[in-house]
Amino acid sequence: MAEHNGTWWIWKVFWILLVITGVEVVLGIIKPEFLLTQVIGTSILNILFILLTLVKAGYIVQVFMHVKYEKKAMKYALYLPSLILIPYLTFILLTEGSYLFS
Amino acid sequence: MSSNADLIQDTNHWGGGSRPMGARYGKLMMWFFLLSDALTFSGFLTAYGLMRFKYESTWPIAENVFTHFPGLEGDQPLLYVALMTFILIMSSVTMVLAVNAGEKMNRGAVTNWMLWTIVGGFIFVGSQAWEWYHFIMGDSGAVETARQEILHVYNAEGERLSFSQIVHGMEEGHASNHGETFTKTEVLSSMKGDASLYLKEPGKAGRAFTHAESVAFLEAGDVVQGANMIHNEYGRKQFANFFFFITGFHGFHVFSGVVINFVIFYNVLLGTYERRGHYRMVEKVGLYWHFVDLVWVFVFTFFYLV
Repeated sequence: MAEHNGTWWIWKVFWILLVITGVEVVLGIIKPEFLLTQVIGTSILNILFILLTLVKAGYIVQVFMHVKYEKKAMKYALYLPSLILIPYLTFILLTEGSYLFS
Repeated sequence: MSSNADLIQDTNHWGGGSRPMGARYGKLMMWFFLLSDALTFSGFLTAYGLMRFKYESTWPIAENVFTHFPGLEGDQPLLYVALMTFILIMSSVTMVLAVNAGEKMNRGAVTNWMLWTIVGGFIFVGSQAWEWYHFIMGDSGAVETARQEILHVYNAEGERLSFSQIVHGMEEGHASNHGETFTKTEVLSSMKGDASLYLKEPGKAGRAFTHAESVAFLEAGDVVQGANMIHNEYGRKQFANFFFFITGFHGFHVFSGVVINFVIFYNVLLGTYERRGHYRMVEKVGLYWHFVDLVWVFVFTFFYLV
């Protein structure tokens, strides 16, 4: 595979993961006022944390775990169950969870 | 019309060909195991989210709980867990380097990178043990009401006080109890002696109580220091339960990952894979190791950041 010459592509992902984690930690410590506005039930900061986490997870799965270079059938076998079932479970708990108070 | 060669290719993919996914049996089964494990972890984390949502007012804020850093005094929120995350990412990188070297049949490089991966795993498990130790030992202490709600002690300036500061006074006492245990009688008599002290719920929008109410709560309740599965000083009982369970289950994955990594490393040393002609076992254990890192990325976000 052409992408696999040398090890620069591994270190590139390392720096991306490191910088994202660094940004998360700095934001978590200073908690900037303008990011604490509430939208859809939580703060912009929390949504930002979740998005950054998904970016990190994407890099780990796609590059480190090599899914980017797998066959289409393999990608579907891995992505469809996880990307349907996990958001479904989250959605159910978020909507039905409000009944805990009634 | 597609050529004959294309048709044969298609038959190989879906018509009972040997490798429809383009992956060998072992790797495929590792992936399906990881998929089911991912669903297990997502079940734990969403359950954690649900309980936290239900008990918002008494759910501890992570940055008030995990504040220690080895060798540093005072509040250091997030710093230690950031270091743990860095160690795990680093050992994931050395794992990819080992897999990459394996594809090139470079035995020396595989040995080297596998060794670094194992070292990283050990440091991570050790760090987690250190964090558990501090979590179990406790920090400031708290009052548990008769209804099993956790309340923290504050003074007129709105500072949270430890039992050590309440009983020994602000000058003599420490912000952390440092392993000293205090009885209910000691804390109660000190609280009665200082009318500015009051109790407050630990959550983000926690209620505060008057001094008289606070004394009544302590009289009917008890003091809690540290954490176990039944009581913890940080807040809701479920918080400690989920902490032990989720980080414990993840830590068990890291530990078993280190053991499996070591077995593979030993086989690399023996030259097993050199004789076999490929390093696919390194790739398979690599998938498991990256998965452990992947789960930690989510645990880090939902337990420590959000």
